[in-house]
Amino acid sequence: MTYLRPDFRHPDAPTNDLGYTSKDYEGALSTLCAGCGHDSISAALIQACFEMSIEPHQVAKISGIGCSSKTPTYFLGNSHGFNSVHGRMPSVTTGANLANRDLKYVGVSGDGDSASIGLGQFAHVVRRNLNMLYIVENNGCYGLTKGQMSATTDIDSVNKSGMVNEHQPIDLVNLALELGATFVARSFSGDKEQLVPLMKAAMSHRGFAFIDVVSPCVTFNNNAGSKKSYDFVREHNEATSALDFVPMKDEITTTYEQGSSQEVTLHDGSVIHLTKAIKGFDPCDRRAAIKAIKDHNERGEILTGLLYVDTDPTDLHDMYGTSCKPLNSLKEDVLCPGNATLQSINESFR
Amino acid sequence: MSSNSKIPSLKAINELVIKFANVNGTGSASANNMFAKAIFRMGIPVTPKNIFPSNIQGLPTWYEVRISEKGYQGRRDGIDLMVAVNPQSMAKDVQAVRPGGYFFYDSTRPLDIRYVRDDIHYIGVPLTDICRQEYTDPRQRQLFKNVIYIGALAALLNIEFTVLSDLVGDQFKGKQKLIAPNIHALELGYQYANKHFSCPLDIRVERRDLVQDQILTTGNNATGLGAVYAGATVAAWYPITPSTSVVEAFDKYASRLRIDAGTGQKNYAIVQAEDELSAIGMVIGAAWNGARSFTATSGPGISLMSEFLGLAYFAEVPAVLINVQRAGPSTGMPTRTQQPDVLSCAYASHGDTKQVLLFPSTPKECFDLTAQAFDLTERLQTPVILMSDLDLGMNDHMCEPFTWDDAREYDRGKVLNAEQLDALTEKGERFGRYNDVDSDGICYRTYPGTHPTKGAFFTRGTSRDPYAVYSEDGDVYVDNVDRLNRKFNTAKQILPKPMLVLAKNANKKSDIGLIYYGTSDASANEALDNLAAKGVFIDGMRLLAFPFHQTVEQFINDHEQVFVIDQNRDGQMRTLLVNELDALPSKLIKLLSYDGMPITAMNICRQIEQRLFTENTSKKAANSASSSKGGK
Ligand SMILES: Cc1ncc(C[n+]2csc(CCOP(=O)(O)OP(=O)(O)O)c2C)c(N)n1
Ligand code: SF4
Ligand SMILES: [Mg+2]
Repeated sequence: MTYLRPDFRHPDAPTNDLGYTSKDYEGALSTLCAGCGHDSISAALIQACFEMSIEPHQVAKISGIGCSSKTPTYFLGNSHGFNSVHGRMPSVTTGANLANRDLKYVGVSGDGDSASIGLGQFAHVVRRNLNMLYIVENNGCYGLTKGQMSATTDIDSVNKSGMVNEHQPIDLVNLALELGATFVARSFSGDKEQLVPLMKAAMSHRGFAFIDVVSPCVTFNNNAGSKKSYDFVREHNEATSALDFVPMKDEITTTYEQGSSQEVTLHDGSVIHLTKAIKGFDPCDRRAAIKAIKDHNERGEILTGLLYVDTDPTDLHDMYGTSCKPLNSLKEDVLCPGNATLQSINESFR
Repeated sequence: MSSNSKIPSLKAINELVIKFANVNGTGSASANNMFAKAIFRMGIPVTPKNIFPSNIQGLPTWYEVRISEKGYQGRRDGIDLMVAVNPQSMAKDVQAVRPGGYFFYDSTRPLDIRYVRDDIHYIGVPLTDICRQEYTDPRQRQLFKNVIYIGALAALLNIEFTVLSDLVGDQFKGKQKLIAPNIHALELGYQYANKHFSCPLDIRVERRDLVQDQILTTGNNATGLGAVYAGATVAAWYPITPSTSVVEAFDKYASRLRIDAGTGQKNYAIVQAEDELSAIGMVIGAAWNGARSFTATSGPGISLMSEFLGLAYFAEVPAVLINVQRAGPSTGMPTRTQQPDVLSCAYASHGDTKQVLLFPSTPKECFDLTAQAFDLTERLQTPVILMSDLDLGMNDHMCEPFTWDDAREYDRGKVLNAEQLDALTEKGERFGRYNDVDSDGICYRTYPGTHPTKGAFFTRGTSRDPYAVYSEDGDVYVDNVDRLNRKFNTAKQILPKPMLVLAKNANKKSDIGLIYYGTSDASANEALDNLAAKGVFIDGMRLLAFPFHQTVEQFINDHEQVFVIDQNRDGQMRTLLVNELDALPSKLIKLLSYDGMPITAMNICRQIEQRLFTENTSKKAANSASSSKGGK
């Protein structure tokens, strides 16, 4: 069985600055369950990349294992993809990024993939501030292995078979903040309005950009009593603010009412406009973000939106002082020191 | 106490084993290294070996130096001169001396009567006393004690003093202040020995010209340097003895030789990963993205990397993995040598997997095979594991100097660029990542970012068709894994071939063979010589790679009996041979050593003679047996 999309193009389909239609950002047909939150996240990513006019082949998609980790097949069909092993997407992405710093890296993972088997790699990729977009498609269960509870299942949440979770959940967003992540957001697969600009901002961020997207599993964890069901999330989420993303090369056309908006300018010059913000919420204050998330948690609410951003981060290449030219482009002339040097090295062994 | 003329003395020139018994963390290593290097600079072949505990300070550590003008570089049983400066291990150390040999000790305090044997000579030098008189600082007393015994040994063994003083000069280049005090300490020992003993002893060294242009270095140093020359740009690792110094060497040379002159930027990256799973994941990610990348580890790390090795095998991603093997898991023997990972590496991971292995036996081969490993892994699009070990990796070995052909180009394997992808379209062909167009099992790949609309593909483990499209069809799976087998047949042709050492009995074909690999080489060669001198003629074959070249099977078929040397308990290479070849298992006889010490020629000879002797007397009754006694 293969799931390739028919190669039909609508002649009037809108194109972006590069002349691509949104179809050029699609992938194979999804094989996930109808209504799975993960498919909406793929769609949001397609829209974000299309609207940002990203060259599809300048993106590399990497994932672990799970329903969520399958999704890179279903978007950006003109990009290279790598479905690696369970919980180890961060290391593969780290290696790939070190090899070629010029591409954009999109890592897709699940809550099982990142919060259980891959928690170690998750923590360390945050510490390294690897320049990538890291998406966790968080359904509070193991979809692919048929609905077991995961480490992000909320306390007292009930799954489809009626089991109640009694273990403390791991909140990856708070963990990322504690570990020094430089861009942290939470969203909901059912809220494209919020998710698309967040993805755009994340991809413009020069460093580790983490988005935890609550993404209901319609098959195993969308029942009453589940705290990761569509209904529950719709009813219990509050956004830090509404947001608009203006890429560096675009002019700001919308006018915002004085005092009602906050502007955050990213390293590459793009701007995030935040409106209708929760009173006093500042997305550049890490501690305040942690507190706000915890306060919402205690009230049984999910805080979404842009939670924290560091506008001038130091990424892994900065820390290492690696060449501006991608390492994978270097040839013998710069890599191999040659025989004359080797002969003098031999001398040191005599 | 001093040399006793009534006890017969060993007599030897340039054929000796000297062992230093020290306490680790006392600075003895650099003094002992100086000793070995001095012999080397006198033109005499030398092989030093560290025998050390998994500990930073306080436990016994030994340094065994074999001097052999015949050029034998394996370990040799029996100690001619023991330099016993560690009271903790003295009881054992005194027993290790051969009758007629010498026991050198610190005579500041009288020697415990229990350590007195009547068949060896005692050389007491009051090291502590001399230091107490000369130095006030306790750390200096400690450090110079080591230098003083080297000075004494110079007189006793006839080591040229100028060679030692030159070495001091080299060692402290840039720290000029330290040169004079060190030379003074050498003199203190030298003079004391000359005054109190009749120097030199009957065992001694004499200058020769046998070293020529050879070098003395460790396998790990050579491996790290080889990775720099091979163009590795990404190294990811997690510290583990005995592999740590591989990445340290890569770092040392890269930080000198790989800095962009204009910008000061690094043309390489080294990541100390959070564990070995992550280290190999990074290597695979980097290689998938077109950089030459590697990791170095030892047995426990191999176990952790196993899942990823399976992925890389199926997904056909290059990766160079340096395995500096050590004995067993956890605590106890991690600082002792063995070859215990042959099977776990050859068949690393779940599913129908196998891995390409290379077996170096000298630092020169570490350098060459590491460089070749990067070509092979990219040509074959599968991981390549360099199977070094603690003995090779962490000890100095004498070998031919490294060379590099400046005309050499890296073999980056079958990789299509944008123009080639366009040309394919023009010819009306479709790019298929797993399409075996050349029928050698190796397909063309592309790096991410190559072409806006062509050549992108999705990498995953199993189950994809020739165009990298997901499939769970059984036939598609079978086609793919059968192709991977085809690729391994191709590998056999391009991997380094085994080395044949034919017995030198021109009149008769030998019907006994000896197969060995890695660090068993030196002792195997010595054993073959020694057996030949007794009229036992054996053909040798040294394996350099897995999967095996067809000549390996031929070699086994051509001999009635073939001994297989393994420095592990279970005869892992023998198992691999039995498993992979259509050779008769009953022909293959285990020859084992697994006590954590490098195998000796004497051990090899003993096991072969024992087997041949019992076999002759029991008229080949042992035809069915395949095992033999383990190492001592
Ligand atoms: C090493 C290993 N252990 C277990 C599995 C089985 N497995 C596959 S997916 C999965 C859980 C996936 O959960 P999550 O990451 O939350 O993804 P989801 O399917 O919910 O999107 C597990 C345990 C595996 N593939 N590899
Ligand atoms: S099982 Fe759940 S997570 Fe997996 S595809 Fe179906 S709905 Fe999505
Ligand atoms: Mg999940």
